[in-house]
Amino acid sequence: MERKLAYVALFAALIAILTIVPAVTLPIGVPITAQSLGIMLAGAVLGARLGFLAVALYVALGLLGLPIFSGGTGGFGVLAGPTGGFIIGFPVAAFVTGLVVEKLRAPVGVATFVGSILGGIVVLYILGIAGLVVNAGMETKVATVAMLPFVPGDLVKAVLAAFLAQGLAKARPQGLLSRA
Amino acid sequence: MLSLLSPVETPFHRLPAGTKLLALCLFTALLVVIRAPLPLLLPLGLVAALYLWGGGWRFARHGLRLMRPILPFVVLVAAWHFYSGNPRLGAAIALRLVTGVAAANLFTMTTRLSDIVAVIERLAAPLARFGLPPRALGLAVALVIRFIPVMAERVARLTEAWRARSARRAGWHIVLPATLGALDDAEQVAEALRARGDVR
Repeated sequence: MERKLAYVALFAALIAILTIVPAVTLPIGVPITAQSLGIMLAGAVLGARLGFLAVALYVALGLLGLPIFSGGTGGFGVLAGPTGGFIIGFPVAAFVTGLVVEKLRAPVGVATFVGSILGGIVVLYILGIAGLVVNAGMETKVATVAMLPFVPGDLVKAVLAAFLAQGLAKARPQGLLSRA
Repeated sequence: MLSLLSPVETPFHRLPAGTKLLALCLFTALLVVIRAPLPLLLPLGLVAALYLWGGGWRFARHGLRLMRPILPFVVLVAAWHFYSGNPRLGAAIALRLVTGVAAANLFTMTTRLSDIVAVIERLAAPLARFGLPPRALGLAVALVIRFIPVMAERVARLTEAWRARSARRAGWHIVLPATLGALDDAEQVAEALRARGDVR
């Protein structure tokens, strides 16, 4: 119980840091924040249930007023903005990623890659685009097209998450709660 | 620094967090129900008046600064709807966005985090029957807040160490050691919690 609590809380803090530390800029000029990388890792390392809790804790604290969303924003106001759907989607994305890593019979790296794509991209974008449709009154098609430029960056992040999960499995096998 | 609470004192700071949260929820629900743009000017005016009445120009300026990130988005959305021949919808959405975010920020700027956490704990109390220990929530929040500066420090040191050995940007190379550090910290925190013995 204590271990789960500590892991959940500290991973939430880690995601906060990965979000507010300045972004990396891809050679083609698209900025990447490590935020969705943190979400994917939360699911991959902690598994479905704890990953969900860690990310939900992060989202809850951001909504309650800590400036830990991208750009150092926070508060309930972000739910009305362009990232509203994504913010709601983060915990779900972590859950799906974690579920794949837990259940898929494959090396951790492969499972993380698949899980990150299913959770961190497919599920997350569905919810994020839904949020755009609701908040901005855009049609689904338009919102989807608007989000497409971000997909390559997130694919890179899925690959990164896979490598990181593999490295973590070697360095701290008992720390990988999803494959305990 | 890790707080959006406004240093400018307002009468709202003294209101109980639960009351403010309820008022915010009702207000946002009302915003969603109103469809036409013109009536939406009333809630917007109300929120602006609350800012000015509560803390004067200084407070209102803080509020405007907090709103800055979403303004490009609001302009974009309004422009989009104007160009697709839906000016009324565009205006309504823009007004709703600005009013909603301003109201939410008013709550955020005038409520202490500890008070909000207390309200959340009370609200989450019925969930105890589903296996969510009530004390765990407050503890988890405290841990996150306590460890964010710790992790920031670690990332700073890792970035420094990286820059001492490479001209390239540190970027994703630090994520692995940062995560390892987080996991190790978690094990130590778990030990400490077990020693304290009052998580349940």
